[in-house]
Amino acid sequence: MRTVATIVRKDLLLELRTLETVPTMGLFAIATFVIFHFGFNRPSIQGQLAAGVLTVTLLFAGMLGVNRLFVAEREQGGFDGFLLAPVDRTAMFVAKAASLLVFLIVLEVIAVPAFALLLLQPSVGRSLPGLVAVLALADVALAVIGTLVSAIAVQTRARDLIGPLLGLPLLIPALLATARAAGPLLAVHGSSAPPGKWMAILALYDLVFALLAYALFDYLLED
Amino acid sequence: MRPRILDDPPSTSSADTAPAAIELRGLTRHFGERTALQDVTIAVPTGATLAVLGRNGAGKSTLLRILATLLRPHAGEVTVLGEPLPRRGFAVRGRLGLLGHDPLLYRDLSGRENLRYHARLHGVSPDRVEELIVAVGMERRADEAVRLLSRGMTQRLAVCRAVLHQPELLLLDEPRAHLDPAAAVLAEPLIGAGAGVTRVLTSHDPRSALAEADLVLGLIDGRVAFAGSPQGFGDAELRELYG
Amino acid sequence: MASSKQSTTYGRGLRGLATATVASIGLALALVFFYAPLDADQGFVQKIFYIHVPLATVSLCGFVFGGVLAIGYLRTGEKRWDLRSYVAIHMALIFGVGGLITGSIWAKASWGHWWVWNEPTLVSFLIVLLLFATYQPLRFAIEDPERQARYASVFAVVAGAFVPLNFIAVRLAQQYVHPRVLTLGGGNLPGSMRLTFSIALVGIALLYVTLWKYEMAAKNARMQIRALRRALLGDDAVSPLRRSAAPS
Repeated sequence: MRTVATIVRKDLLLELRTLETVPTMGLFAIATFVIFHFGFNRPSIQGQLAAGVLTVTLLFAGMLGVNRLFVAEREQGGFDGFLLAPVDRTAMFVAKAASLLVFLIVLEVIAVPAFALLLLQPSVGRSLPGLVAVLALADVALAVIGTLVSAIAVQTRARDLIGPLLGLPLLIPALLATARAAGPLLAVHGSSAPPGKWMAILALYDLVFALLAYALFDYLLED
Repeated sequence: MRPRILDDPPSTSSADTAPAAIELRGLTRHFGERTALQDVTIAVPTGATLAVLGRNGAGKSTLLRILATLLRPHAGEVTVLGEPLPRRGFAVRGRLGLLGHDPLLYRDLSGRENLRYHARLHGVSPDRVEELIVAVGMERRADEAVRLLSRGMTQRLAVCRAVLHQPELLLLDEPRAHLDPAAAVLAEPLIGAGAGVTRVLTSHDPRSALAEADLVLGLIDGRVAFAGSPQGFGDAELRELYG
Repeated sequence: MASSKQSTTYGRGLRGLATATVASIGLALALVFFYAPLDADQGFVQKIFYIHVPLATVSLCGFVFGGVLAIGYLRTGEKRWDLRSYVAIHMALIFGVGGLITGSIWAKASWGHWWVWNEPTLVSFLIVLLLFATYQPLRFAIEDPERQARYASVFAVVAGAFVPLNFIAVRLAQQYVHPRVLTLGGGNLPGSMRLTFSIALVGIALLYVTLWKYEMAAKNARMQIRALRRALLGDDAVSPLRRSAAPS
């Protein structure tokens, strides 16, 4: 646990120093909303369409963070430095997933208000708690799969391509569940609680892949 | 688990009473179809210094990475600090220090932040970090991002990183490559013979490495060409290795 | 190197297996055309079902099988497990493309569209195929053979677990309950159709096993020849390996 905190602290410090990842993700998301606005040629959207736009935008913006997640470890000897220490190797997985989760939450703090301002027709206030719950489960899915995929991709040639290539199909069930769960929340006369079926699927997805990734991650560090 | 003493330590004429810190028997490592190390056998007594000599690509760095538990051997027995590798790698990590070509420091963090990060990973108190920063004369520049420092300054920090946790075994890949003479003097008590720990070192300058070695291992294309005391290692051997 | 120690002969029993495959597929085809009744709604084109569903089923089982074999590699670190997993996934991909094409033809004939989004099995299958289509590019992007085997195995395990989870999610996502005349379990199939389907499934499964063993035998023989040439004629006698997605 102490090791996890040490690595997360280092990651956040590095991000604060370089401001490489999170601002890029936020700007990317806002630019995407603008493109959607012109693409749809509508002043505002609502319901399932709005949920789809939000989910896809957050996914693609998140992928930018996924691609960068292990670059410093790979290029500046972070992996070796970590592997030389007498600590549990799985701490690296937990720490990186936690760092990515923090990045995603910051991204959403920027992107969701921007979305409500630029595109969304109904006011988001009433369904905000439900939306936060949906996005929290979606973030866990993205953090877990993103960390696993990023650790694989960073050791390959053309790593920026391999990351999304593996990540997108793996995330389809989670995205589908996120978009469906958020749909009613973003409708004009929708409900304020997300549908339980989709929340359950998201939670199941999070659980299965978190356990799998936790069990398999050590194999990605070995040399 | 105590280090075992070899019954018949191969090529350890000197100091054969001390228990072995490193024991290699038939160590072999491949990269794909290429063989990087072939049948390397040697024992290094505790406290001794082993100089690994050979041209670029002879397998020196591979050997150091295997001893550091960063690469797994493909065949043969490897025992480091009494623990067989790779099975008990976790028992050796934290007891050895690696100083390689790569300083293993994050370029966008300062030297102090980097060292504190490693200190936390190793469970070492931050006081030790301050002590080392002073020891290598980096007090004034310890808060600058590593990417702004010269190669020599970075190497001083890398020395601190390698000895932070007071390792029992130092693995030094050309440790003085980027140090100016003044810095080399400062680093001497940390990584030199005076450090009083077992050392494995490679050097671009074989003569200086020989001067501080108790044992020499000469590698040609991953095979042992010479293993023995530096007294037996003369110009003829040097020509064979580098010629 | 290590491959020279492999004494497993994948060629053993291949002849009997091939004979059984030909016989069962021949029998299945005969039943499809001369025994199974014409479907009341869809007519003759429905008979593609006897090829399409077995292809897709065997392909999915092949993907999961590849994941299970990959666990073998991660546990032992022996190259032959990686090779087995690779061949299993590689064959399942070929069967999967066959399943997708036959499914598309069936959709066109019975619903008038090459692709329909409201058939959950078809959609799930596409997603699984998309995921496994990245297996070869991933392998190709990693040069060190050991790392390639390790990373590909991790991927195969994750993707193998993904298959059932994906089917659950996509099936639940369908709002329209499509009249499912023909379910996979054959619950509401007439007896003659069910018999024909079962034999076709056995035939395609045998075909998969035969091809898996055949490719294993071929790959194994090639590696052994290479190892022997190295041993007898020296390192220079063999040309250096090209970068490849296949285990070497």
